[in-house]
Amino acid sequence: MTVTAKPGEVVASDLITVFIDGTEVQVPKGTLAIRAAEMIGVAIPRFCDHPLLDPVGACRQCLVEVPDMGNGRGMPKPQASCTLECAPGMKILTQETSAVAAKAQKGMIEFLLLNHPLDCPICDKGGECPLQNQAMANGAGESRYEGVKRTFPKPVSISALVLLDRERCILCARCTRFSEQISGDPFITLVERGALQQVGFYEDHPYDSYFSGNVIQICPVGALTSVSYRFQSRPFDLVSTPVTCEHCAGGCQLRSDHRHFQVKRRLAGDAPLVNEEWNCDKGRFAFKSGRGPDRLTRPLVRDNGVLRVASWPEAIDAAVAGLRRAGSRVGVLTGGRLTVEDAYGYSKFARAVLGTNNIDFRSRPASAEEAVFLANRVAGTELDEDRLSYTALQQAKQVVLVAFEPEEEAAMVFLRLRKAVRKNGLKVVTVAPFASNGSVKLNAELVATVPGAEAEALNGITADADTIVLIGDRAAVVPGLLNAAADFADRTGARLGWVPRRAGDRGAVETGCLPNLLPGGRPTGDVLARVDVQAAWGVDSLPGTPGLDADEQLAAAREGGFALLVGGLEPSDFTQANEVREGLENASFVVSLEQRLSEVTERADVVFPIALIEERPGHFLNWESRRGRVNTVIKQANQPMTDLRVLAALADALGRPLGVRTARQALAEFDELGAWDGARAPLSRGRGVAADHADGEVALATWRELLDGSRALDYEPALLETAKPVVARVAPETAEQFGLTAAVTVSGNGGWLTLPLDIVPGMAPDTVWVPTHAPDTPLSELGLVHGDPVTIGSPAAALERGEGFDQGEGGVA
Amino acid sequence: MTDELTPVLTANWADERAWKLTNYERRGGYQALRKALSTTPADVMELVKDSGLRGRGGAGFPTGMKWSFVPKDNPNPKYLVVNADESEPGTCKDMPLMMASPHTLVEGVIIASYAIGCRYAFIYCRGEVLHIIRRLQQAVREAYSAGYAGKNILGSGYDVEVVVHAGAGAYICGEETALLDSLEGRRGQPRLRPPFPAVAGLYASPTVVNNVETIASVPSIIDRGAAWFASMGTEKSKGMTIYSLSGHVKRPGQFEAPLGVTLRQLLELSGGMREGHELKFWTPGGSSTPILTAEHLDLPLDYEGMAAAGTMLGTKALQCFDETTSVVRTTLRWIEFYKHESCGKCTPCREGNWWLVQLLKKFEAGQAQQGDVEKLLDIADDIGGRSFCALADGAVACLTSAIKHFRDEFEQGMHIPAWELFPYERSALFAVREGAHA
Repeated sequence: MTVTAKPGEVVASDLITVFIDGTEVQVPKGTLAIRAAEMIGVAIPRFCDHPLLDPVGACRQCLVEVPDMGNGRGMPKPQASCTLECAPGMKILTQETSAVAAKAQKGMIEFLLLNHPLDCPICDKGGECPLQNQAMANGAGESRYEGVKRTFPKPVSISALVLLDRERCILCARCTRFSEQISGDPFITLVERGALQQVGFYEDHPYDSYFSGNVIQICPVGALTSVSYRFQSRPFDLVSTPVTCEHCAGGCQLRSDHRHFQVKRRLAGDAPLVNEEWNCDKGRFAFKSGRGPDRLTRPLVRDNGVLRVASWPEAIDAAVAGLRRAGSRVGVLTGGRLTVEDAYGYSKFARAVLGTNNIDFRSRPASAEEAVFLANRVAGTELDEDRLSYTALQQAKQVVLVAFEPEEEAAMVFLRLRKAVRKNGLKVVTVAPFASNGSVKLNAELVATVPGAEAEALNGITADADTIVLIGDRAAVVPGLLNAAADFADRTGARLGWVPRRAGDRGAVETGCLPNLLPGGRPTGDVLARVDVQAAWGVDSLPGTPGLDADEQLAAAREGGFALLVGGLEPSDFTQANEVREGLENASFVVSLEQRLSEVTERADVVFPIALIEERPGHFLNWESRRGRVNTVIKQANQPMTDLRVLAALADALGRPLGVRTARQALAEFDELGAWDGARAPLSRGRGVAADHADGEVALATWRELLDGSRALDYEPALLETAKPVVARVAPETAEQFGLTAAVTVSGNGGWLTLPLDIVPGMAPDTVWVPTHAPDTPLSELGLVHGDPVTIGSPAAALERGEGFDQGEGGVA
Repeated sequence: MTDELTPVLTANWADERAWKLTNYERRGGYQALRKALSTTPADVMELVKDSGLRGRGGAGFPTGMKWSFVPKDNPNPKYLVVNADESEPGTCKDMPLMMASPHTLVEGVIIASYAIGCRYAFIYCRGEVLHIIRRLQQAVREAYSAGYAGKNILGSGYDVEVVVHAGAGAYICGEETALLDSLEGRRGQPRLRPPFPAVAGLYASPTVVNNVETIASVPSIIDRGAAWFASMGTEKSKGMTIYSLSGHVKRPGQFEAPLGVTLRQLLELSGGMREGHELKFWTPGGSSTPILTAEHLDLPLDYEGMAAAGTMLGTKALQCFDETTSVVRTTLRWIEFYKHESCGKCTPCREGNWWLVQLLKKFEAGQAQQGDVEKLLDIADDIGGRSFCALADGAVACLTSAIKHFRDEFEQGMHIPAWELFPYERSALFAVREGAHA
């Protein structure tokens, strides 16, 4: 009889029977004894063991007795249950039933405590420390050691974010295994020998990994501590709340710990289907941006050209007056930070209150082709674990990355791909100008591609139904690429996943924060779709003509006589920062809903203060379309207003109530509406051709790095210290052709930028890569996007032209 | 008296420049290789199996069987690695062999490689013995130029590259998986088993790891036959082996004799204990094997005989101590060695030996307290059999056996310093006064 199982599913024939403390238990083949014991509720103490790391058997804490290996013979010595694979019929005795195991474990705790300083009262880990807990549960209570403890100077900084206290270290190798096996950044390792063994790092290369914070979390003692959290709180004084990370579309489940109305730290949550037990340093450490003096707490209205504090009623009146004046000449720009509920509020506010389809969440380079693609392929598709999810990535045979750098743009996608590469032999192909650090760690096959030629490169790849194509949102700037990817998926049967960069993006697509989409993926142009929504909202009519997208709205605003309602966005996120600023300045009226003072609030007529992420309820939809809860972490008597609540107040004042004012109501209404089951809008016709560059010009390649000039990193300077150095990259041939050595000046669109140069063998020719949003030098100040023609030259040559007078500086000539 | 000696490996040690190829060949060197190449690898392996040769590094695993564990269907290359990291305290057999007659080893390496079908063989030699490394390198160079190594050996079509690799002098690198890590360029720490080296050893490929003496014994077996080899030794411990006598004996050194010879016989050969002194205790195979006393003088020094006495044959490093020696002091020195050489990977070895040293120092100084002997035994119980590899088992073996045989001396360590009970200058071979404890 053949048993067919889905990948990863356990079938009965794979189960073996073992006996733990006399209790029969069936486990899948290959199960470690320590896990089998967990299945019947026996917790064997352990330190080095971690279910997501390869077994090492170093701490010897989990020793058990094996009187029968399943063949009638017993093991002569106690065995480490973290490295012992169950065999059929095996008998395992844990500390519960074996005096030998109990004594061995007690002895091991005593050994571990010999050289461990008993500084628990001042240790960050005290109160949540596996060593402390297990010493209490399985230890002798008192040490017989009368000798001298080993001491080291402490703490040692192994990166700007992580401190090492070697005295506390019990050498379990969790951190070093994490860095090598999980993130692939083996910049820490065990060095020296015997009792002097310690975690070491290269002196000239600190542990700058995007995932370094995880080692603090998995350290079973207080040896690795967080620079930002050190001595901030005791674990038992913290209140923990499960939350979803707001920094990218990965949807990481986190644990947010707060005390005294302040988030003290964030930890990776336990989400096997999403981030497993990991997260990235941005998600872990970047939570202080709302703490500065620029935090908005009260509404502002412009009075004689100057913003001044106003009462809520006054601000609402002012906003209502401005919006009334604007009439239908109004647009809504929502930005990417919104929860599903807030995005739904904006979408409904635009349609049902302002009566316009002028709404767009894309505060970044975007295209009309993309909006149509999103309507055709993305909106209204629900989470499908088997088809397109983290699990699906892990089980795929091939993953093709197009305009997408997972380590930079969706760090958990990177970790899951790396796991699949290590464990399942996944093949990763990347269509990119060069093999990035992340691609190298994925052992990815590089299809070196000149910006603009991605569609052609993609079409050269062999794929089938076991292939998943992940395309990033920056594909929008390459004409025809999104359409080509859709065609590719149709032709080969490959699955196509769109991975936006920001946490609110997928929710914004689903709730209709696009000029061509209503909530649930309903096309604005489809009368049946509109009838659906009209009925649900109880309105007589909805605008049927597609609205203006973000760029069009800003263009209209620049010409004047056009008002804007703006959520969270920064001009520098767009293609042309100055055009955005000009649009905001020339707009007839600007209402800004913001958390902090920004370039938008500076130019706004009315500013409403909005709750921080930790002060609001709601949900994010991640790239898989999985819902993650954004819980209210900080609960206050006067809870700050959410976007939704402000919009509801404005709607009330405009005389057209929004109908929802809490996240719960908004989500219920959105769910009630459901996904569109009618015809989807067809893809646009354009298949695009790579723009030819003039002689002497090269193509600009760019993407945002995880840690860059984003304002989300504000007030956590240590985090930015671990960012990658800001460099430009070219191929050796290109460097030779243009006489480049140590630095390069990139000029285009009337501006220039001089950066240190990294020459990358194997990089696509006639291409220069620069980071999109390096601190102080966002490309949007030059108005350059991926694929644009630029000229490059040595800084000296540029200087003769009056450009590039200093490294790392940019400007507009 | 001399009929107990069976010089085979040591036969040419006294020859003029025995390490030179020409001198080795003059004694029939590399004839075994010719003979081996004229038969099939399977025949060579069968011959070694039939001879009953067992590993000379300590554990005594049947060599032919170990070779046969190498999977035939594994697509990866196969490797032979010779463990020449001899570091066990008291052990001095591989070093003099490689010093005097490196070609015996090199010939063995090539024959063994042929038998297991490997194309790359490594000799991992500990780094401190620079002179021996040079001898080995020179011997390998000579073997290459004579056509015994490299491509198409002696026209047989068989190729093997022999590489001499210098370790960095860590005791743990004598542990075969740590040795492989070290050979791969990593820090020498033992690996998790399974997979065993025969399946996934060097560079995750099938690997045979053998001791120097084991491999060096192979040419003689090929040359003179399995029956000849099996005619020596005892029922389950066949052949001849090198015993290294050291300590308070008149003529310390290497004695090659059939397995099963007794210490009494070997002491006779070496002229007995130094004048006017008696044997107090001894190690059969280095400090990692439980110690024995004068009452064990007539036990056969073979794998079974030693196991029956609760100890191990080990490396056949017979360290002999006379009645002037403090057992407490000796044990402390040994444990200090293990503390220093612990790789740090696992808790009991790293922390346990650290603790034992501190506790034993109290015994040496006569400052131990009531219950400390039990504490020593309890700590030893928590170390032995609990550690990642056998290093810590070896460490506590000397301690527990010392307490077993000489518990009184440890009890005395609660009152009287060891240097008063056993003035240290009396146990020194050369009467030099130690000032350390003045």
